[in-house]
Amino acid sequence: MSQVSMTVNGKSASGEVEGRTLLVEFLRENLGLTGTHVGCDTGQCGACVVHVDGKAVKSCNMFAAEAEGAEVTTVEGMANDDGSLGTIQQAFQDHHGLQCGFCTPGMVMSAAALLSENPNPSEAEIRDYLEGNICRCTGYHNIVKAIMAAAGQDVSHIAAE
Amino acid sequence: MPADGGIGAPTPRREDVRFLTGSGNYTDDINLNGQAYVHFLRSDVAHGTINNVDTSSADGMPGVLRIFTGADFAEVGGIPCGWQVTDKHGEPMQEPAHPVLAQGKVRHVGDPIVAVVAETYEQARDAAEAIEVDIDELPAVIDMKAALADGATKVHDDLSSNLCYDWGFVEDNKGAVDEAIANAAHVTTLELVNQRLVANPMEPRVAVGDYHRANDESTLYTTSQNPHVIRLLMGAFVLGIPEHKLRVVAPDVGGGFGSKIYHYAEEAFCTFAARAMNRPVKWTSSRSEAFISDAQGRDHVTKIDLALDADNNFTAIRTETYANMGAYLSTFAPCVPTYLHGTLMAGNYKTPNIYVNVKAVFTNTVPVDAYRGAGRPEATYQIERVIDKAARELGVDPIALRRQNFITEFPYATPVAVEYDTGDYVATMDKLEEIADVAGFAARRAESEARGKLRGFGVNCYIEACGIAPSALVGALGARAGLYDAATVRVNATGSISVMVGAHSHGQGHETSFPQVVAEMLGIDPAMVDIVHGDTSKIPFGMGTYGSRSLAVCGSAMVRATEKIIAKAKKIAAHLLEASDADIELKDGQFSVAGTDKSVAWGDVTLAAYVPHNYPIEDVEPGLEETAFYDPANFTYPSGAYACEVEVDPETGKVTIERFAAADDFGNIINPMIVDGQVHGGLGQGIGQALLENCAYDDNGQLLTGSYMDYAMPRADDVPFYAVDHSCQTPCTHNPLGVKGCGEAGAIGSPPTVVNAVVDALQSGGHNVTHIDMPLSPSRVWQAMQG
Repeated sequence: MSQVSMTVNGKSASGEVEGRTLLVEFLRENLGLTGTHVGCDTGQCGACVVHVDGKAVKSCNMFAAEAEGAEVTTVEGMANDDGSLGTIQQAFQDHHGLQCGFCTPGMVMSAAALLSENPNPSEAEIRDYLEGNICRCTGYHNIVKAIMAAAGQDVSHIAAE
Repeated sequence: MPADGGIGAPTPRREDVRFLTGSGNYTDDINLNGQAYVHFLRSDVAHGTINNVDTSSADGMPGVLRIFTGADFAEVGGIPCGWQVTDKHGEPMQEPAHPVLAQGKVRHVGDPIVAVVAETYEQARDAAEAIEVDIDELPAVIDMKAALADGATKVHDDLSSNLCYDWGFVEDNKGAVDEAIANAAHVTTLELVNQRLVANPMEPRVAVGDYHRANDESTLYTTSQNPHVIRLLMGAFVLGIPEHKLRVVAPDVGGGFGSKIYHYAEEAFCTFAARAMNRPVKWTSSRSEAFISDAQGRDHVTKIDLALDADNNFTAIRTETYANMGAYLSTFAPCVPTYLHGTLMAGNYKTPNIYVNVKAVFTNTVPVDAYRGAGRPEATYQIERVIDKAARELGVDPIALRRQNFITEFPYATPVAVEYDTGDYVATMDKLEEIADVAGFAARRAESEARGKLRGFGVNCYIEACGIAPSALVGALGARAGLYDAATVRVNATGSISVMVGAHSHGQGHETSFPQVVAEMLGIDPAMVDIVHGDTSKIPFGMGTYGSRSLAVCGSAMVRATEKIIAKAKKIAAHLLEASDADIELKDGQFSVAGTDKSVAWGDVTLAAYVPHNYPIEDVEPGLEETAFYDPANFTYPSGAYACEVEVDPETGKVTIERFAAADDFGNIINPMIVDGQVHGGLGQGIGQALLENCAYDDNGQLLTGSYMDYAMPRADDVPFYAVDHSCQTPCTHNPLGVKGCGEAGAIGSPPTVVNAVVDALQSGGHNVTHIDMPLSPSRVWQAMQG
């Protein structure tokens, strides 16, 4: 066991971990931040995406010890200071971009990373960027639409209410 | 669009806030004091005799608390099956035992053999690696027809063969069907495979068992679509725990698609072990485990004949299907290829003679059960593929051939024992032709061809039976349960309402749409109504959510309970207003005396019910809470017409979905935003089946597609934006909301649409391809093009 320390959602966090403890396990089990989910064991589904030093990372593909000293942001850190939904979160609600909610934290974190890299992505660029995030509920229609809306694009021409 | 957020409003979902902020409460988020963890050691061979299990090396390893084997479950009941099908000779199906942990034999890769309980997951996994299991591997039966051959290895020694049942439906139709086919002007025949799929909800299954010795109470937290059904099956048939000592909680559940209906061995294990060890025991499935332990879907091999007369009227359908049950019978498995498939073989068409034969087969594979659509996609795929093939053989337009044979008068009794109450297949096809821009296809094809691509157009119609189902009917067909549902409407003193419903929401948005109904009925703000679901200790009863039944069945119970609330509240209001209750009207949350300006508000009446000072106490009890159980009179019959345009790259065989349009008739709609989302999701899964997904075993029963590295899930760049429309509405005639259900339509209607489009594209390129089995991967399409 060894000590690991990092900043998570702006607060310092530390704990005892095994060398094999994954970052997602540290977030969920040690810190109780259960918004970050585990949907697979091969790094494919993206339910565990968080930001580490500003970059989107699959937290099941990184040891907790590797995040020593890092700035980590999880879905719990995405709301506004007053508790209201952030821009991307609000767009997901407005456009029904989630159903069961299990992939949603990873989708929100990937969408945030995309929009920080590319503030005005095309539909094709969004679909390509989400290659590493699997959703089984929505058929992706409203996720893509929500991200376009979060980028400030007019989505009224896209079919459906 | 209503401004008040009632029926018909596209209200944003209230449950989204907790999911978007990481505040959901999924089963794996639940951790109890003193919790231990279980890891299951599973069979790595498909079939074998267990000679010995040696746990001695693991017993003293760090953190190990107890190791369970099949011997610990010798006196415990097996996992039960909820449906008994009677075969065409009137005999019951063959029904094998399904132990919680393997007893003497393993029958599929993933069959649990040993359960190691330790202080941590890591310790349990480490200890499991030290356990030695000596298995004599036996030949595995994987292919269904080989499994039925004389001398085939038996999956279950105590059964007479690998045949679960040989079912004929309707047996009395068979002679007329054979005669109609023999006398037909044209017969189109198609052999096809509806491949095995894995449901793959993004949340893997989890179970946490808890036990309080002082009052002998067990609690199971589990990823379930129907906690009451789990309580019934596990309590009564497996562990012998009466309902009042067993609570089952299904909190936020991350998708189900059928795979979380069933009672699984891991649930029984965690509940059993918590009692045996007097501490909580938790199991969290890995995705790899999910691939070898979640019930899988589809897996039908079919030959269908469609007979037509000289005027292209359908005269008969005859179909023979082999349906894979896997190694054991999962909860609903026997009814999927029979009563959820055979009864839908009329489709949208007035075919007078239909006969369905289904042979259900045991193999050394993971059990198969209902997956989104469940039997109805298999029926639709056959009907709509063979119609398309017939249209090509006859040189007629596939839309015109469908239109010519549509059922147009309702109610309509099919030759396969169901009665469609309502529908308008002409209207949905008209709408489809509009939203799919059929007229513009020729120009789009020319544009694709100019880029060297083949473009195809495919169309499809579907009918499904939802809102399962009248209890007496399904009982006569072999169901071992009733399929009603229940709701309690609890009005609080200040007028807010909690509605306890038997339906379970795991993505369907019940917490938003159900209050819209109650609020509409009472004329109050939907924010005053909350839904409580997923906990047997809080809700009266419920058969759960599957088969697009939540609103049609449980929603109807909620309406009935609310009607009782209104009737009682009117009596209270009549007393307060010194009028007759027959004269009381409820509108916009106000009770008024007809023809006068006298009224009392909703909150005045609810307060009076709980503070009954000025109250008709001799006639009316205090309080305001009502329960209703609703048993549907019939299935509901959503229907629709779908169209797809694909591009095929002739160099690679790669198929791209360019356009997809869906025109559905779901009857009345409560929340159109949610309905759109349900259709989108179904389309995504159906396109996944058509192009990508395949659960494949090798000849030894090893799963070749055991992770997302190998099982191709549809991703964002595999699908387009969809054009969906549900403005064609023929309300259901027998439930109070006139609703039909929308959860499965997309997954039912889309696979044949895509395949029809790809065949059209290939034919347009001069390739004489009449069928390709799904998934239409680049290699399969390319090989088909090579002739």
